[in-house]
Amino acid sequence: MTYLDFLLIFDSALRLATPLILCAMAGLISERAGIVDIGLEGKLLAGAFTAAAVATLTGSAWMGLCAAVASSVFLSMIHGFACITHKGEQIISGIAINILASGATVVASVALFQRGGQTPTLDRDERFSPIDLPSTEALTDIPWLGPLWKELISGHTIPVYIALISVPLIWWLLWRTRFGLRLRAVGEMPAAIDSAGVSVTWLRYRALIIAGILCGIAGAFLSTAHGAGFVREMSAGKGYIALAAMIFGKWKPWSVLAACLLFGFLEAGANRMQGTPLPIVGEIPIEVVLILPYVATVILLAGFFGKAIPPRALGTPYRKER
Amino acid sequence: MINETRPRKQSEAVSNMPPAVYLQNITKTFGAVVANDSVDLTVPTGTIHGIIGENGAGKSTVVSILYGFYTADSGSIEINGEPATITNSADAIERGIGMVHQHFMLVPNFTVLENVMLGSEDGFFLRKGKAATRKELQRLSDEYGLDVDPDAVVETLPVGIQQRVEILKALRRGARILILDEPTGVLTPDETDRFFDILRGLRAQGVTVLLITHKLREIMEVTDGVSVMRRGKMVAHKQTSETTREELAELMVGRRVELTTPRIHVDTGPIALEARNLTWHGARGVARLRNVSLILRAGEILGLAGVSGNGQSELLDVLSGIAPVQEGQIIIGNRIINNNTPTDPAELRGLGVAHVPEDRHKRGLVLPFEARENAVLGYHTGPNTGEGRFLSPRALQGHCETLMERFDIRPTNPKLAAAGFSGGNQQKLVMAREIEPEPSIMLIGQPTRGVDIGGISFIHAEIMARKAAGCAILLVSVELDEIMALSDRIAVMNAGEIVGETTRDNADYRQIGLMMAGVSGTGDAGISGMGDTA
Repeated sequence: MTYLDFLLIFDSALRLATPLILCAMAGLISERAGIVDIGLEGKLLAGAFTAAAVATLTGSAWMGLCAAVASSVFLSMIHGFACITHKGEQIISGIAINILASGATVVASVALFQRGGQTPTLDRDERFSPIDLPSTEALTDIPWLGPLWKELISGHTIPVYIALISVPLIWWLLWRTRFGLRLRAVGEMPAAIDSAGVSVTWLRYRALIIAGILCGIAGAFLSTAHGAGFVREMSAGKGYIALAAMIFGKWKPWSVLAACLLFGFLEAGANRMQGTPLPIVGEIPIEVVLILPYVATVILLAGFFGKAIPPRALGTPYRKER
Repeated sequence: MINETRPRKQSEAVSNMPPAVYLQNITKTFGAVVANDSVDLTVPTGTIHGIIGENGAGKSTVVSILYGFYTADSGSIEINGEPATITNSADAIERGIGMVHQHFMLVPNFTVLENVMLGSEDGFFLRKGKAATRKELQRLSDEYGLDVDPDAVVETLPVGIQQRVEILKALRRGARILILDEPTGVLTPDETDRFFDILRGLRAQGVTVLLITHKLREIMEVTDGVSVMRRGKMVAHKQTSETTREELAELMVGRRVELTTPRIHVDTGPIALEARNLTWHGARGVARLRNVSLILRAGEILGLAGVSGNGQSELLDVLSGIAPVQEGQIIIGNRIINNNTPTDPAELRGLGVAHVPEDRHKRGLVLPFEARENAVLGYHTGPNTGEGRFLSPRALQGHCETLMERFDIRPTNPKLAAAGFSGGNQQKLVMAREIEPEPSIMLIGQPTRGVDIGGISFIHAEIMARKAAGCAILLVSVELDEIMALSDRIAVMNAGEIVGETTRDNADYRQIGLMMAGVSGTGDAGISGMGDTA
């Protein structure tokens, strides 16, 4: 394989990792606040559908993105209403959101477009196009850096860059601001926040709003940047893989980013291996190749990399004790 | 007889400053339970004021109302002479009220600095607030002698220091009225002494301290004034210098109580249980017991003192057959228990060993089960459950009624779920179950944790009666007072080792306290310093 091949695999890995990064950051901020967010998958799917549908109807990718964020935040708020306001079981509520999204997107899609659950294929104008970063031309002729810049760093869609920026942003928010300090505290010891005179409820709702926004962007990426329209169940478990990456990354933004990139890389590698005969084993059946990322998920989570310690109050609704 | 039960206006001749805290007619109900019934409280500025009462007397509710955790149904609050509406903790903090909770409100994996600044960060960006808090910590440390390393992670600190962090947190938020809810429960006697010094220092700086406790000794030692609560009512306000422990105990309980259990002397019999060189490793290979040897004789109480978490629980588990013997052996009669000849609690029960677990909620009772079912747990194959293989409800009922009468367990309702009894009555139920078969060896863990004074004297008397009947008793307690009151011999445990042993008559409170804290005893004051040889 040449340098260019490598760059192309990395380039593809980055694109495949984008929804994972956004969803994992959403999960991270929600779980750091003490709310289990198994509903990432549902929010991602709802975001994907809304983005495609609204982009089709309005002709604007940006409108689609806004709508995706709105629908995802809406689902987040349902989650919050169930588990913060009413102290419900967080995993059940999350699963309910996933089922709701899975069903509702298909129903709405059939009702609106009569295409068996798909949205019409989007035009160029209705999608996010790759953007060329400045000075791409100027750098082209420089060896190594030129191709690196052109193939890997430049030429992605807006959501990819948002995903990359979201990581330092979340890190900064959590470790350098008052909001972050309180958010981390509420996931560990909500009573400490309460006795400091700060609202546990409002903090957790804010965490869920941020999580909703990030998942919405991830959904818009799937259907209006990476793909050209919504296909039923197009999230295909990415929300769960993001959750796995978040745990694998031990709830720390940079480690989670690394985990997401690893999963993205595995998937990109798997795609590339399809139909390519390997030495000794020959051509590997496509099914085997496609399950690789999932097998990796299971292996990595089986405790290969030390015990991950979740936020202490994760999953427990806050009650004032009597 | 109680000579005075009416709340009396406290003398405020000390100064003409308005009192720091003035509560009038505070009433608070939770469902049908009246937690506070027209409570009045006056705390003069710059004093240490105690609120004493049994569990469930409403002490915590009063201060929770003051700190804004709950809102009173009726009544009024004045802080420094000004009427105050306190509906949440932020209101309380704003009025200069700080609270140190019984269970610390610290984020365990945060540093001291982060914990102290939480809630008063000085703006959105942490950088500025961190610098300011660091400076403030230095100032507080200079002013009050409260030294803490600001960058230490809280969970790595000993509880005494964690408590200091809690106090610093309150002071950082500008607290001039400091509420302390059962602050000494987790401290060693030595730490308690230092803690009281801190309180006196705070008082000297004009801080008003409100100390909630059920320990009479602490009230007498450190407070200026004391208010007594019983069943949601304020029953008396006293100047500490004008009252006695006995009077306060009587006010708390509503009847005369014996504070000291009369000691019964019995000639000690043969060795009933011997443990030799027990070493036990916990889940991650950490040694929780190191070479523990002890002897229990018939008709004798061996008190095992120590700060909670120093191996006492593991020792009880091993001795009672819950945890396997890993190294060393236990000898009961001619039965030798070691790694190759394991035992289980049922066998030990057959050998006459009874176990009153430290944690009655987790180990002693099945809370949702009825009292009569709990009364036979572990003995359910015995005669008390009726004949045959099936449980006879009538036999259970009769058995439980007998126990309830004998041990004064209230309410006398065998069908009530164990969760429905007060802590003291739950404990009596466990004690009753374990004492009834007349065991020859008793392993008793924390018999009066969370039990009120009346219950304590009853349970102590029962333990003493068992000893008089010739039972060999191991008493594990974190309450040194309890160890001192009951034991014939006292052993001290620290970091999984028995670091010293003495007879009751030669025991020195301070010396034992130091050994509990891990400061090795020097052999004087009657403690044979087994730690010295190590």
